[in-house]
Amino acid sequence: MRKDIKFYGKLFSGCLRISAFTFGGGYVIVPLIKKRFVDEYGWVSEEQMLDYIAIGQSSPGPIAVNTSAMMGYGLAGLPGALVAVFATVLPPLVTLSIVSVFYSLVIENAVVRNVLRGMQAGVAAVVLDVVIDLIAAVTKSRRAVPIVLMAAAFIAAAVFKVNVALVILTCAVYGALTVVKARRKERDNGHS
Amino acid sequence: MVILKLFLAFLQVGLFTIGGGYAALPVIQNQVVETYGWLTAAEFTDLITISQMTPGPIGINAATFVGTRIAGLPGAIVATFGCILAPCLIVLTLSMLYKKYSSISYVRGVLSSLHPAVVGLIASACLSIVLQALFPVVVSLSGLDIAAAVLVAAGIFALKRFKVSQITVILAAGALGGLFYSLVERF
Repeated sequence: MRKDIKFYGKLFSGCLRISAFTFGGGYVIVPLIKKRFVDEYGWVSEEQMLDYIAIGQSSPGPIAVNTSAMMGYGLAGLPGALVAVFATVLPPLVTLSIVSVFYSLVIENAVVRNVLRGMQAGVAAVVLDVVIDLIAAVTKSRRAVPIVLMAAAFIAAAVFKVNVALVILTCAVYGALTVVKARRKERDNGHS
Repeated sequence: MVILKLFLAFLQVGLFTIGGGYAALPVIQNQVVETYGWLTAAEFTDLITISQMTPGPIGINAATFVGTRIAGLPGAIVATFGCILAPCLIVLTLSMLYKKYSSISYVRGVLSSLHPAVVGLIASACLSIVLQALFPVVVSLSGLDIAAAVLVAAGIFALKRFKVSQITVILAAGALGGLFYSLVERF
């Protein structure tokens, strides 16, 4: 992949469009990133995307900004990160600076409210569509540990409202312990 | 210097929000309502409503909203820059480490045990998005918004079966929903 003007243009417009349609919180970027950068462009693997999201979530700041910064850096170093972050910040910056001037008009407008209610259903469909694929990818492995981790994280967040950074940290510690244990076992087998 | 205060306030919002989304609310409230009194409690509620209606992270939305009201466009830009500065520096550092070490088996092992957890977290967020869309007021059988349920089902069908683009689905749902709910209100 050549890092020419065309590449940065695609990165910029991709991130811009993703950010412009991220209604209702950081996670909505996941389906949009997956479709555009994983499935369509093939610039990022699904593994890498999940890495970016895991790291983006557990460090401070908006998830959308963190994730696009990581992706931009992964694709093209510092210039890539700057382009991706700029494109991600631009839509909310422009929208909000217009809306904040006459926001009471927007909030109280019935048509705006109705269109947004419809869009909320559209966003729900988009997120659900990709979440089904992601869950299928985990269960397809038929390994117990990932399925249990997935269910536990879901219950922790959905039922007990545990902070996501804490969930990720716990799983990271668990993962580290597993790796250490596997290493030790390997070494012991090597000696015997 | 109000511009400098804006910058410092949102620097803290960016730095002390871990986990994204609504984790940001108490930090924003603390800075914007309690510490500086830039917004009243009622205006803060308006800000949350606007954030839900407009795209983008709530931290950026809040920064732009407060910045514009306090010091116009320069205020919006400075507050937004403050909000993303610390997170970007931290994430760039992590990106460098990731690029260097992600192929090492230890790191790989940790990251791969994070993947199913991340999927679980995304599914949890998805659940609340879907519930919010289907049950706008209260989660009960009578609270089900049938029109929204039809839109969600049609959206999934269009995405899975016909590979319609996501943005088309969101815009079409907005147009159809807007038309339908407005007609219902009219009659």
